[in-house]
Order: sequence, then structure tokens, then C-alpha cells
Amino acid sequence: MRSVLCKVDRLSVVYRTKAGAQHALRSVSLDIVAGEKLAVIGESGSGKSTLSLALTGLLPEEALVEGSISWPGFGFDPVAGRDIGIVFQDPGSSLNPVLTIGDQVGEGAGRHLGLDRRAAREKAVELLARVRIPQPENALGAYPHQFSGGQRQRIAIAAAIAAGPSVLIADEATSALDTIVQAEISTLLEDLVKNGDMTLIFVTHDIGLAASLADRIAVFRTAELVESGDAQSIVHEPQAEYTRQLLATHIDLESPRLVGVSDAR
Amino acid sequence: MHRAWRLTKRRLIASIPVLAIVILGTFLLMELAPGDAVDAYLVSLGGGDSGLAEDLRQSYGLDQSALSRLWLYVSSLARLDLGWSIIFNRPILDVVLERLPNTLWLMGSATALAFTLGSLLGIVAGARPGSALDRVLSIGSLTLYAVPGFWLGLVLILVFSVQLRWLPTSGIETIASGKAGIARALDIARHLVLPVASLGFIYLALFLRMMRAGMGEVWRQDFVLAAKAKGLSRWRIVVHHVARNALLPLVTMLGLQAATMLGGSVVIESVFAIPGFGRLAQEAVAGRDAPLLMAVIIVSAVLVIIVNLLVDIAYAWLDPRVGSSEVASK
Amino acid sequence: MKPLLRRFASSPEGVAGALILLLLAFAAVLAPMILPGDPAAIVGRPLLPPFADASFPLGTDQLGRDVLTRLVYGSQASLTVGFSSAVVAIVVGTLVGTVAGLTGGLVDEGLMRVVDAFQIVPGFLLALAFVSVAGPSLAVIVLAIGLGAWTGPARLARAEVLSIRERDYVAAARVVGMHPAEIAFREVLPNALPPVLSLVSVIVAAAVLIEAALSFLGLGDPNSVTWGGMIAEGRNLLRSAPFLSIIPGLGLVSAVVGVYLFGEGLVEGLSIRGRRL
Repeated sequence: MRSVLCKVDRLSVVYRTKAGAQHALRSVSLDIVAGEKLAVIGESGSGKSTLSLALTGLLPEEALVEGSISWPGFGFDPVAGRDIGIVFQDPGSSLNPVLTIGDQVGEGAGRHLGLDRRAAREKAVELLARVRIPQPENALGAYPHQFSGGQRQRIAIAAAIAAGPSVLIADEATSALDTIVQAEISTLLEDLVKNGDMTLIFVTHDIGLAASLADRIAVFRTAELVESGDAQSIVHEPQAEYTRQLLATHIDLESPRLVGVSDAR
Repeated sequence: MHRAWRLTKRRLIASIPVLAIVILGTFLLMELAPGDAVDAYLVSLGGGDSGLAEDLRQSYGLDQSALSRLWLYVSSLARLDLGWSIIFNRPILDVVLERLPNTLWLMGSATALAFTLGSLLGIVAGARPGSALDRVLSIGSLTLYAVPGFWLGLVLILVFSVQLRWLPTSGIETIASGKAGIARALDIARHLVLPVASLGFIYLALFLRMMRAGMGEVWRQDFVLAAKAKGLSRWRIVVHHVARNALLPLVTMLGLQAATMLGGSVVIESVFAIPGFGRLAQEAVAGRDAPLLMAVIIVSAVLVIIVNLLVDIAYAWLDPRVGSSEVASK
Repeated sequence: MKPLLRRFASSPEGVAGALILLLLAFAAVLAPMILPGDPAAIVGRPLLPPFADASFPLGTDQLGRDVLTRLVYGSQASLTVGFSSAVVAIVVGTLVGTVAGLTGGLVDEGLMRVVDAFQIVPGFLLALAFVSVAGPSLAVIVLAIGLGAWTGPARLARAEVLSIRERDYVAAARVVGMHPAEIAFREVLPNALPPVLSLVSVIVAAAVLIEAALSFLGLGDPNSVTWGGMIAEGRNLLRSAPFLSIIPGLGLVSAVVGVYLFGEGLVEGLSIRGRRL
């Protein structure tokens, strides 16, 4: 049994709006195990993205937080960028349009590894090669609009893992892409956590993708954790009615999958 | 071919018909004026007989039809001949070229002041939206934005020239001071401080407000969240990620405001008695010098076109997305 | 209309601006009643400083005319010219923009080049030239200022029309067989107008400032008291009687601030975010 990296304990996140307090997360408790691939699934508004922002420490200032997130695996509070990397949904908007790829990929490494400009550029080349951007040296001086959506997402992943974080959160990182590119990015993420010793938290609305990729699955609905457990048991013996519905709609809509369910361990 | 150059060429070609409309419009406007240049010239001489008027009309081609006079005017413009000034009794081009540098210095300095100080203060205000400093800058800039430049000029003269006696009240340099080189440059700079402030402060306020609003918009973008997720310092996020993007609309505004600022320099140059291009407009109106007024309007339009070209090039340099369609790595 | 008013009232800027403008408008309209004196009449010793004599709270000018009376009458010229020029600019601009957007093709191309031409000539220079040719009167000044300000509304109206043209209700009107002009004025124009109206405050403020600058240069309406004219007259006495130039300037600043604040409230009220300039 591997050690617990992160303990989320009765976490609630509330936003005050004109219509009253709005719960983005309601008393969620969840353990994240070091080195695992955890899929967090749910529809939009289920609180899954709030969870990833809370883990990264990126919740907006006006959010009211109750409960706690502790990191026994680290023994200290992790720093965004250094210990946790995050990749967002839309690579079209999560890359700065007026900065070069080299700048954006290297800046995290420069900040946390104490690299100077040149070393950060070298690091950026290495990272771009790792996410399989062709001719990484040429990509350094290019700008985001010169790349396709899938390539942009690879670049965003390279930027997220620049400082060698031990946790990578992919927040709907594949949902803005077409199916083929989606599969490529999932494979890339899988490879990254296989090679490096990283914990992957994969936030998605696609239960099929979750089942094919994850060791464990946590299902969210309207700000609450519905159930969590081993990926196999969630898929084959779901406990909650909501999970069964999710699985049913998924099977109804199932098209030939590029990453088969049978791949899941 | 570089994309900035491609852009410049396209822009230049597009400005030809626009300039033609300006010339035609100016010509028509002057046709509406009662009397013609010869009447005005004779008035400036203190009267003259009708025979002289006839001769003059013939020599300027004023006795011909409007259409042939328009043709005459356009073809002389094409030879860079702007006509003959009545009040100066010299070729207009010479007068314009003599006056232009003063105005370009005034406008250039005012723009530089407004842009750098305005965007810097805008960054300060927009770095922490809603803070006390932000509120102060916001209210201050709104008030400043409402202050007419000529009145600000008078208030500045009152404070800095009349009361404190720090700066000269008028002119572009000390007359017959015999200064040369750096001493002369410093003298001119001293004379320009108040006019530049009077002309530039309203744009300073404008740029501050735009920068602040732009920063507010950029803060909400995903790439700023991504930058925060990289754990970058607040300074780096503000300067590299937010301000860089928020600066772009300001650059566009720089081009849009070129014409307004040129108009503003007419009044400011008159307040500070600066012999500049802007003042020429007022002198032409006061002396009923229609050819000079026409020339001032057309040269202004050309200046605005040039400024906009420069702005386009700067924009293309700042925003890599402009005018590029190729994909780097296929 | 209700939500507009409520949203407007909930913006402190808008309320402050409305108060300033109301005050100025009251002063302008009620001037003959509260201050029955003739602004051009010589009523006292010349160059009385402000706050020295209770019957001349703001002092007298070099001819012995009451500064307060002149200040109040000056707001008439400023506000009249400011708002009338804005109306001219918005009406002309919206019409041109709508026609350009609806017809498209060569007409659109031609009209937009004219808009470009008006945009590269400094508006103040244009007003100066127009007034000097046509002679300074209130109507000419209004027209002259409107002439330099209609391009913004024209561009915005055209852009709006181009986007509205593609919407369903316009297509529906076309299918029903409405005349193009009827579609333009009944379906398109009312929907294109609100964003254009967000430009009002900027145009009014600019018009007030241009009118003041024209008057300052001696090209204002010679038959009315203007703030710019007062500043110009006071300018020669800047050393001995600075209040003569400062007081009308403060009037100008408060009027323009009022217009801007009111505009911010209006933008809130019309809920137009991201004002385009």
C-alpha cells in the first residue's frame, strides 16, 4: 500500500453571490495516494474544477474555504508550479498570445530551479522534446498561434511540468480537442507519469476516458463527492445511482474507442 | 517579406483615396467661403484697385472654373507645391517646414510623457484592483481627463511662471540669447515643460484609464491563471503576462488620438505663443489666409496617416498574431 | 425602462454625474430667474475679487460685470452646444453607419472612406476651418463640432448593423416581405442604437471642450457668454486677477466630469460592457 500524498478533509468552498451563498464544494473528503492516477469525474458545475484549483492553491480571493487540505506526502505546503503542475482545458487561452513558447515553457523552471535565461531555454528545449513537439529548438521563438490545438496543449503540459512537480493536475485537459488528439494527449499524460514518478489527477466529464486511464475514480455531482474507489469496481459495480446513470449514458453513446476500456488495470 | 512591411504597404495604398477625399473636402469647404484669396490679400495690403485684383486673379488662376482650379491645386500638390501664403507672403511649404519641428517636438514629448507615465500608473492601479491607490488614481485621472488643455496651461503658467518663477511663460526659446548646442537644447526643453504638460496630461489620464481597464480584463484570462499556477512572482505576472497584453489597445489608441492631439496643439501653441504648425492654423484663420488653412488641414491629414503607419508597425512588433498566417512547425 | 433606471441608480458614478449635470442644467435654464441681471451689464467696480462683496460673490471682471452671472449664463452655451453637437453627431453617424452596413458593396466602401477621411483630419482643426468659413454663430458651431464627431457613431452603428443583419428576426422580417427601408428603421436601427448611445458621454464631453477652445481662440458665438471666452478675457489679467480665468475653467471641469460620470452610469444602465471607442 502506497502512502497518502494528500488528505482532503471535509473541504467546502463557498462563493458569495447576490443570490446568496453558492457552494462550489460541499464537505468533500478524499485521499490522494502518491504515484496513483486519480480520475475526478463529474458534469460541469459538479465542483471538480474547484477541487483542482483548491489543490493548487489558486482559488480566487473571494472564495470562502472550510475544512482542510493537508499534504502528509510532502510534509510541507506544496508550492504551485514547483510541487504541483496544472494543465487547463483550453490551450488556446491558457497560453499567453504575445509571449514566445520558450519564455512560457522555461519561466517556471527559471523561477523554481534557479536557472538563468540560457539554462531555462535549454530546459525548455528538453521539455518540448519530452512532450514530442517536433523541432523543439525552432519552437522556442515561435508564438502560440503558430501551433495546432493539440500541439498547444502539449506545450501547456511542458510548461506545467517544467519545474519537475510531483503532482500533475489535468483539468479537462483533453475536452477541447478532437478525439484523435484527445487520445494522443491522454497517452502523453500516461507516459509522463510512467516515466517520472508523478501523481496524476485527471479531471474530466468523460467517464470512459477516466476508466481507461485511472487507477481510482472519484465521482462528483453538484458540489459533492458521490463515491470514490478503485476504477474497476466503480465501472463494474457502481454503488451510487448517479454513477450508474453516467455509465449508462456513456455506453449508450459509445463510439469505437481509441483507448479501450480493457486497457484499464 | 517581413509582415510589418506588408502591412505598411497595404496601409499606404489604402490611404491614397482617403487623402483624396480630404483634399476634395477641404477644397469644397474653401469654395464656400465668401471672397477669395485675392480679396484677403488686398485687405492685408490695405486695399487696392480692381485692376490689380483682376491681374492677381488671373495669375493665380482664380478666374477659372472651380473644376479647373481644383485640377490646378491637385497638380501643384503633387509637385509638393502647397501654394502661396497671403499673410507670410512666402511659399506655404517653407512656412510649414519651418514650423513643423516645434510641433513635432511638442507632440512627441507629450505623447512620450502620456504613454509612459499613463501606462505605468495604469499598471500600478491595475495591479491591485480596488485598492486605495487604485481608487485615488482612478478618480484623479477622471478629473484630469476633464481638464481643458488650454486652461491647464494657464493654471500651470500661474503656478510655475508667475508665482514660483521656475519656468518661462511663453515662446520656444529665449530670444537672442546667443545660446548654442546643449545650452540651447536645455533652454528649449525648459520652454517646453509647461506646454508638454498642458497638452499631454489629458492623454496621460486617458492612457491610465485604458491601461487600468485593460489590466482588469487581462487578469481574468486563463493564461494569467496558468501563470499563477506556475508559481511565478507577482511582479513577473503583472509585467510579463498582464501588462504586455493590456498595452496593446493603448498602442491602437495612440494612432486614434494622433489627430485629436494635433488639434490640441493648435490651442496650446497659442496659449504659450509657440511658433509651431498648430499655431499656423489659428494665424491662417485670423488672417483669412485660405490657401494656408487648406495646406494646414492637408498636411495634418498626412501627418496623421504617417503616425498611424508607425503605430501599425509598433503594433505588429508587439503582437505576433498580426499579419501572420504561416504555421511554424507543420 | 425600470431596470435601466434602477441599474443607473445603483452606480454611484452615474448618480454623482446626474447630480452635477442637473445642477448645471438648472443653473442654465433658471439663469434669468435666479440671476435676473444681464451678464453683459456693467454692475459694479471692475476687478472686485471673489468673496469680497456679498452682492458679487465671485467678484467682477475687468469691465465691472458680475462673474457669477456670467458663469451661470456660460453654462447655457456650453451645455447647449455640447448636447446639440452630440445629437447631430449621433444622428448623422447612425444614419451613415446604418446605410453603409445595410447596403454594403460600393456604397459601403465609399462611405467608410469618407469616415476615414473625417477621422484623419483633426476635429478641432475642422471645426476651426468651418467656423472661420461660415462665420461664428451657435448653429454653425454646433454643426462644426458635430462634423468632427460623427465618425465614431458611424463606425459603431455599421458594425452593429452588420451583426444584427444576420439575426433571425431580420430574416423573418425579410421573409414576411417588409420593405428594406422599413426593416432598417423598425428592426435594425432600434437594436443598433444602444451601443452607439454609450458614446454619448464621450462626444458631449469632447464637444464641450472643443466649444470652449473655439471660444478661447475668439471663434465662439459673439452673442453669448461662454466659459472659453471668459477664460480668454481673463487671460490678459492672469497676474493681477487670476480668478477671472480660473473660475470659468472650474465650471468647464465640473461640467465635463459630470458628463463622464453620467456616461458611466448610463453604460451600467444599458448594461453595455467593454465600451468600444
